[in-house]
Amino acid sequence: MAKGRIVIDDALCKGCELCTTVCPKDVIHMAMDRLTPRGYHPAALVDPVGDCTGCGICSTICPDVAITVYRWVPASKAAVAAV
Amino acid sequence: MTDALVESLIYAKPDALTHVGTHYCPGCTHGVAHRLVAETLDELGMREQTIGVAPVGCSVFAYNYFNVDFAEAAHGRAPAMATGIKRLSPGSIVFTYQGDGDLASIGAAEILHAAGRGENITVIFINNAIYGMTGGQMAPTTLPGQKTTSSPLGRDVETQGFPFKMCEILAQMDGSAYVVRRSLHDVANIRKAKKAVRTAFEVQRAGLGFSMVELLSSCPTNWGITPAAALTWIEEHMIPAFPLGDYKIHSAVAALEKSR
Amino acid sequence: MPKELLEGNVAFAEAAVRAGCEAYFGYPITPQTEALEHMARRMPELGRVFVQAESEVAAINMVYGAASAGARVMTSSSSPGVSLMMEGLSYIAGSEVPVVLVDIMRGGPGLGNIAPSQGDYNQIVKGGGHGDYRPIVLAPATVQELIDLTVLAFDLAEKYRWIVIILADGSLGQMMEPAEMPPMRPVRPVAERPAWALTGARGRDPNVISSIYIDPVLEEQFNFKLMRKMRQIEADEIRLRETLTEDAEIGVVAFGTAGRIAQSAVKAAREEGIKVGLLRPISLYPYPFEAVGQLSRRVKSLLVVEMNGGQMLDDVRLAAEGRVPVSFYGRMGGIVPMPDEVLDAIRKVHAGQPVALPGA
Repeated sequence: MAKGRIVIDDALCKGCELCTTVCPKDVIHMAMDRLTPRGYHPAALVDPVGDCTGCGICSTICPDVAITVYRWVPASKAAVAAV
Repeated sequence: MTDALVESLIYAKPDALTHVGTHYCPGCTHGVAHRLVAETLDELGMREQTIGVAPVGCSVFAYNYFNVDFAEAAHGRAPAMATGIKRLSPGSIVFTYQGDGDLASIGAAEILHAAGRGENITVIFINNAIYGMTGGQMAPTTLPGQKTTSSPLGRDVETQGFPFKMCEILAQMDGSAYVVRRSLHDVANIRKAKKAVRTAFEVQRAGLGFSMVELLSSCPTNWGITPAAALTWIEEHMIPAFPLGDYKIHSAVAALEKSR
Repeated sequence: MPKELLEGNVAFAEAAVRAGCEAYFGYPITPQTEALEHMARRMPELGRVFVQAESEVAAINMVYGAASAGARVMTSSSSPGVSLMMEGLSYIAGSEVPVVLVDIMRGGPGLGNIAPSQGDYNQIVKGGGHGDYRPIVLAPATVQELIDLTVLAFDLAEKYRWIVIILADGSLGQMMEPAEMPPMRPVRPVAERPAWALTGARGRDPNVISSIYIDPVLEEQFNFKLMRKMRQIEADEIRLRETLTEDAEIGVVAFGTAGRIAQSAVKAAREEGIKVGLLRPISLYPYPFEAVGQLSRRVKSLLVVEMNGGQMLDDVRLAAEGRVPVSFYGRMGGIVPMPDEVLDAIRKVHAGQPVALPGA
């Protein structure tokens, strides 16, 4: 199971591709098969084997705050998990 | 008893940002800078006492993106407007958010004097070496040889002068308490930039004087390259011209950082 | 309160203090610098805000900021400095924040000189900065009026969320006259600042003070809003003084110091048997078109007297609607006309002769 996952908001993503260049696990790819309401090809999590660690590097570079990041953490550490 | 795993929220939109999608170009680092300021306001619990001053430039609509009271200044005049707001608003946190034309060209006198007076405001200075909103003209921070619509053959220092190094200039004012230059071109530098933005607002809260964080930023559209290539351009071309670093640090800032 | 001998510049500055002015931002410029100097001492004394800005451009933008924060604020300057403030005034009008400005006019155009003139009428009364707006403009003729109108200016600015400009000249700024200062009004507490002001979004949606309406449809709606405000001002805030106009055959129209000089000339002319009266507008915007129009129905001719080349002259012609001839007597360059010159002009009008300007 993946340690983390991200949700990219199509309404905000402008397809700038910066997240795809920094993901250490290379699990973010541009979805060329669809367009956002604003007419961009959005980025999307493509993580069939569960490599995402929820590191948050993508959310650090995203100019549009389009990425929400989750991570599975031990319950005792859950309160302090936010970067 | 095993410590069961729970799915925890690691990162989401800061409260100090609204839900409005920005009008900035894809890949423009304005969005990153906005985020760093908003995260800082949330972390320091300052959102409700903060008043921002927007410039004329791409970020003219910044008031749509921040969940704080905002004023729209005339081009270059944000430091003067911020002075009026701050001096009449005890207990408030006041910041300006300005581009290179707004701050270093038409606003050169206002920023110099705000620093000179040691106004207790925080200035977020977005330096992308070009005039974005008006379509790519030369800025005071445009690099020698850099082609813009008003320096089509490349900036000729003989007739068009040299780039302005604002951190170096403003650090010389006795009223400056925290003047630093960071970059937004990669994740490591964005994290350093975030620390600097946070320190700048803490400097204001402690009443130490004028604080400014210059952020080397990209303009993919007017530079004519992709967002990713633009970040590389910052690293390869802008950093040599505008060295990153701490140009003025008030002696009390170290104590601030220790007390975190 | 007892009358004191007061200098005009100091008087309007102190009057503003008494009216509860919380901040003064300004820049030295002759012939009004005494106001800045008075504020430099007085405001810190009272725990209020004083900043000598780096320029008039910066000063008006500091005023804009303080007004956006909901504080009572003013600045003062003279013609060349006021020109630098036009951008700021336009933004202030477009944001509907209350501001008081005093313009102590001097000779111009350009650097000109430091002597008194009324050369800024067109600039100030027709708006000043770019766009569709007209600030309230009040023209005192005595130090007492300067004091009273300055206090009124703060009230009107707040009532209408508008700019109020006191239009005076260097002679009024520099002269010393007996006048009464109003009692001290307390400064409004920060907690009582208006609901629209930038005070920090505690428990409410953020406030935005801005003059930008990027959608032309919305901009026009806003322009109509300002227009409705100005119609209200035109209905309620006209101020003027008429002397000896009931049976007048010649109507002299003059404002400020020129009005004061014309008053002496009118009295002297009456002693010569000339039926002349004076209409002295005190509000230049809103202009007393109705009153001047009524005057033009009663008299045989009008004479406008100004310390400029003929600026209010156009508004008098508008009001007269071609009913009677309108003559003009004016001095420029910072020269203050003597009552004798105006008396001579009245005599010429009375005799049906053209009024000549010296050096024209």
